[in-house]
Amino acid sequence: MSGGELGWRDLEVGFVVTEPGNAAAYKTGDWRSEKPVRENEKCIKCGICFIYCPEACIEETEDGFFEANLFYCKGCGICAHECPRAVITMVEEAEE
Amino acid sequence: MKKQKRVGLEGSFAVAEAVRMANADVISAYPITPQTHIVERLSEMVADRKLDAEFICVESEHSAMSACVGASAAGARVFTCSAGQGLELMHEVLYIPSSMRLPVVAVVANRALSAPLSVWCDHSDAMAVRDIGWIQMFAENNQQAFDLTLCAYRVAEDREVLFPAMVHIDGFYLSHVIEDLVLPDEEEVAGFLPDYEHPFALDPAKPVSMGCYAPPFIYPETKKAQVVAFEGTRPKILEVWKEFGEVFGRDYAPVEEYKMEGARVALLTMGSCSETAMLAVDELRAEGGDGAEATTGLVRLRLWRPFPFKEFREAVKDLEVLVVLDRAVSFGMGGPVCSEVRSALYGCEEAERPKIVSFIAGLGGRDIRVEEFKFMIRQALKEKAEEKAEEKAEEKAEEKAEEKAERGEEIEAEMIGVRE
Repeated sequence: MSGGELGWRDLEVGFVVTEPGNAAAYKTGDWRSEKPVRENEKCIKCGICFIYCPEACIEETEDGFFEANLFYCKGCGICAHECPRAVITMVEEAEE
Repeated sequence: MKKQKRVGLEGSFAVAEAVRMANADVISAYPITPQTHIVERLSEMVADRKLDAEFICVESEHSAMSACVGASAAGARVFTCSAGQGLELMHEVLYIPSSMRLPVVAVVANRALSAPLSVWCDHSDAMAVRDIGWIQMFAENNQQAFDLTLCAYRVAEDREVLFPAMVHIDGFYLSHVIEDLVLPDEEEVAGFLPDYEHPFALDPAKPVSMGCYAPPFIYPETKKAQVVAFEGTRPKILEVWKEFGEVFGRDYAPVEEYKMEGARVALLTMGSCSETAMLAVDELRAEGGDGAEATTGLVRLRLWRPFPFKEFREAVKDLEVLVVLDRAVSFGMGGPVCSEVRSALYGCEEAERPKIVSFIAGLGGRDIRVEEFKFMIRQALKEKAEEKAEEKAEEKAEEKAEEKAERGEEIEAEMIGVRE
């Protein structure tokens, strides 16, 4: 749900949003100009990237590594900066 | 109508009495002259358990309005008041209840703005909050301060309205002056003012988000909805005033007329000086003989927002000259009320609209005397006569068009009562 299809008559009084927590439906991934790319062979699974991510969009995978959810990742690069083993490189987004 | 009690009260206490009878749930305000007596009185009422309300002491007007927004969102009937600098400090938050459609009620004891420091009355603070999206009314005496505060609640909280409302009372002229007024029966007030129920009051069992972030893809839609809803308040305001008249016997209208029948020239005023203007109208009519000034009338804007275009045009349609008094300055634009009045008449044919003469007076609490209102009328009539004479003398059409362009471009507001 982006809301982009709603007309002014569709809004509740005072623009009240009646669906709690619907900010999760808002894609912030398209703010990104660089995306984090991982070389998991160097990763020690310390979870520092997970802790530092200001968007809280890094999730632990089943095998204990970490991955950013690119629907939300804004490409700030804090994970790459904080990683003690330089696992993460920020790579410019290119048109696919 | 049940028996009404005649009492002597200063305007501030009249407002406090209206808020008590309205049985407000939450009051949050910060003291500032000349509004202080209103909250002082209300805090006494709460302390003495004459009013079962939460009185939130805050550290600034910004917080006062913020507390009101929160309380109103939770479904409380709220009240705040301010003046001058305090209203300016509140400014940022004033847009929130109107956009979130929360029926906060506020009274402003109008005061000049610094610098230089002045605690006295003018309408600079009111003009600075023209565009905040609140319903705004001007009272001219203490009875009206009381009545309009009650009406403000009734209008604001109506399910078809849900907009905040502001009642302007002139600082000191009303806030600190004791006048006689009648207080209605409390049961009748309770009947006139049903309990407030917001369709989306904050409730953990029915969670909603208020005041959300709106990116460009939705913000304009929210504003269009607000504009349309605000326009829709006009009939409701009329309806509430009509009902108020039926229950309590005092009638209000968006534009109120005084001796306008057959009037060829009129004053336009807002607030307490309207009563002085009435005296001037009476005297001009008595002294005017056969002259135009014997046909002077007065129109007062009771409703300021939404601007009563239709009623205003109707009131002035037969006038030759309209004298607009502003108690504030829009620097580089003249008198703010005058610019709006001109704009309201722009759609009318030039021949059908009155000549408008703009005066600015009463800044920073300087009294506007009866003589000054009379001067305004006489001066305006003189200008009109000169204009007519010029038009007769003027034969060259080209020059006339050029002159007209020059005249039309600027609003020349004459500041009167100012020493050279």
